[in-house]
Amino acid sequence: MVAIRETVQTVGEVEKYKYGFSTDIESDKAPLGLTEDTVRFISAKKNEPEWMLEWRLEAYRRWLTMEEPTWAKVEYPKIDFQDAYYYAAPKQTVAPKSLDEIDPKLLETYKKLGIPLIEQQMLAGIAVDAVFDSVSVVTTFKEKLKEVGVIFCPLSEAVRDHPDLVRKYLGSVVPTSDNFYATLNAAVFSEGSFVYIPEGVRCPMELSTYFRINERQTGQFERTLIIADKGSYVSYLEGCTAPQRDENQLHAAVVELVAHDDAEIKYSTVQNWYPGDEDGKGGIYNFVTKRGDCRGVNSKISWTQVETGSAITWKYPSCILRGDNSRGEFYSIAISNGHQQVDSGTKMIHLGKNTSSRIISKGISAGKSSNTYRGLVGVHRKAENVRNFTQCDSLLIGSHCSAHTVPYIESKNPGAILEHEATTSKISDEQLFYCRQRGMDEEEAVALIVNGFCRDVLQQLPMEFAVEAQKLVGISLEGSVG
Amino acid sequence: MLEVKNLHVTVGDKEILRGIDLKIDAGEVHAIMGPNGSGKSTLSYILSGRDGYEVTEGSITFKGQDLLAMSIDERANAGVFLAFQYPIEIPGVTTMNFLKTALNAQRKARGEEELDAVRFLKLVRSKAKPLNISDDMLKRALNVGFSGGEKKRAETLQMSLLEPQLAILDETDSGLDIDALKVVADGVNALRSPERSMIVITHYQRLLDYIVPDVVHVLSGGRIVKTGGKELAQELEQTGYAEFGADAA
Ligand SMILES: Nc1ncnc2c1ncn2[C@@H]1O[C@H](COP(=O)(O)OP(=O)(O)O)[C@@H](O)[C@H]1O
Ligand SMILES: [Mg+2]
Repeated sequence: MVAIRETVQTVGEVEKYKYGFSTDIESDKAPLGLTEDTVRFISAKKNEPEWMLEWRLEAYRRWLTMEEPTWAKVEYPKIDFQDAYYYAAPKQTVAPKSLDEIDPKLLETYKKLGIPLIEQQMLAGIAVDAVFDSVSVVTTFKEKLKEVGVIFCPLSEAVRDHPDLVRKYLGSVVPTSDNFYATLNAAVFSEGSFVYIPEGVRCPMELSTYFRINERQTGQFERTLIIADKGSYVSYLEGCTAPQRDENQLHAAVVELVAHDDAEIKYSTVQNWYPGDEDGKGGIYNFVTKRGDCRGVNSKISWTQVETGSAITWKYPSCILRGDNSRGEFYSIAISNGHQQVDSGTKMIHLGKNTSSRIISKGISAGKSSNTYRGLVGVHRKAENVRNFTQCDSLLIGSHCSAHTVPYIESKNPGAILEHEATTSKISDEQLFYCRQRGMDEEEAVALIVNGFCRDVLQQLPMEFAVEAQKLVGISLEGSVG
Repeated sequence: MLEVKNLHVTVGDKEILRGIDLKIDAGEVHAIMGPNGSGKSTLSYILSGRDGYEVTEGSITFKGQDLLAMSIDERANAGVFLAFQYPIEIPGVTTMNFLKTALNAQRKARGEEELDAVRFLKLVRSKAKPLNISDDMLKRALNVGFSGGEKKRAETLQMSLLEPQLAILDETDSGLDIDALKVVADGVNALRSPERSMIVITHYQRLLDYIVPDVVHVLSGGRIVKTGGKELAQELEQTGYAEFGADAA
């Protein structure tokens, strides 16, 4: 069973304003650009307490002194941070009224994904009464979670209702000073989820959030905070979609996970932001900071990601293995096609004794894309008995794409056992011929072969997501051959 | 069913098939024998549409259609099946999943409803059993780490599941011991029917003791140099290919 929370940012009215169709709703959005006033505006809109505003302002001031990182293997024109909107109240007024008004190409994608009609409508941003069904369903889930003491709510709600927890943990894994995008997020984040699993509780269902960016020229800055108290367990799913837009949109999210003694967090992502068109126009800049802190002994954090969307992906879900005997895992499928650029990987920082980590990365590049795995395995001087296993496999489709593997190892403890394996392969003509001789068309054949290549990672996904992810693999590689 | 006329095929600038004529009616089993390098596999690839081979002259019609104008999967969906001499490994894709994807692709192409998991499983088990293919083997990645015998049995299973109109078996006997050969031959024989034609390619006569052909052709140097009944195969066993082999490539 899955409890779904949907986070939507709709700023249709901003666009209207920009083009002069409407001005009367001006007060619902922050003015263009980013100043201290913007930060105050957002905080006020969220009815935040003073401490939260101070936290944001501190981040904002720090952000002003920071530079964008340039070490990743991605190229894009300089972003004008003053030419974006940082807040707009979610409004459904300009949402399409029926499926007839939705771009058929987008609908086609949903259909292929096997998303039920009701969810297609939700994803497409249609304000229909039928959606209320889902709303009530969500409420039932809430009751059930409440019984066992699990908190699962928007972060903004948690700031008001659970200030002690938020103050204790927010920024404790990804500090406001962490990096350019994380700091920006700290200043202007407007949505996101908060999860707290109390001691000894095994969360009775998968928790899930769907994120989507709906409108133009808007940054999306969600922030997720998950705390698993002693001996608890939670599996969390994050899905993302965005409609097609001609211009690039910035998505700078932060995810923080905290696992106490004997706790386990499984975090899965299927990222399908709009990648841009055939010529590389438009698409999401996905600059995301995700980090998990295995704070307690015997704790475990496992990241699984299926990254198929975005024009640019800059993302390194990491684990700080602080508690003795803690374990970090990173399972990744990163697919790039067309003009997409992916620079993704993980960091496993071994601080505690007997800590172990496992990294399985499957990169698939097609079209004219570039796909880089960048990973760091760090071992602290005092971390005895550390083990890491890393496997990075790259698959190339066609001859205009590229794959890169950049594994860093910084071991200060000579006793650490670190294994690294890497392969690069191509889909062979023989394999394609064989599959097509059995009746599959070229795209089906590629999808099947690539799904086989990704199998080790797909198996890590919860069932509900695995099916969707497999289909997504096929869809995102359409037009990559022939 | 199949008519090949004056077929010339080159790879690069080398002519490999040099004027093949072949007519196979529905229900017939034709054996094509010949020394290594005579062009047997090339003929099977041309029929199934593999890239890299150029037809410089001649024509192929299949069920009245111009086969050469069709893509690889169009041919497969029209009923052309090739059991590979060297089956290809598909890492990470279970045999079961591969079979299901292939069968449903063909059903879709024919406008039939795709089989759901339950119906498919029942069907595949009924076809796998006579070939001694266990559920365990169906869960392994297709052809990855399969023994020679397992590969050929897996090819036969695919054929039996896809029920082609024209089955081309390229050296299905190679690498098989006699027990495995019998299992595969039984599987092939079970598929013989008045609607189905077969081309059995082999280097040795041995296979033809188990799959008895209606017609035997001898291919040498890119040409069919002799055609006869099943007794021609036995003759060859005695004399070898020497009398044909003079200009074998
Ligand atoms: N792709 C290719 N490139 C170059 N030569 C080839 C290719 N395929 C086949 N040949 C040559 O064509 C001839 C026939 O090969 P093949 O059809 O495999 O014969 P057989 O199956 O009868 O052993 C051989 O001389 C072989 O070397
Ligand atoms: Mg051969």
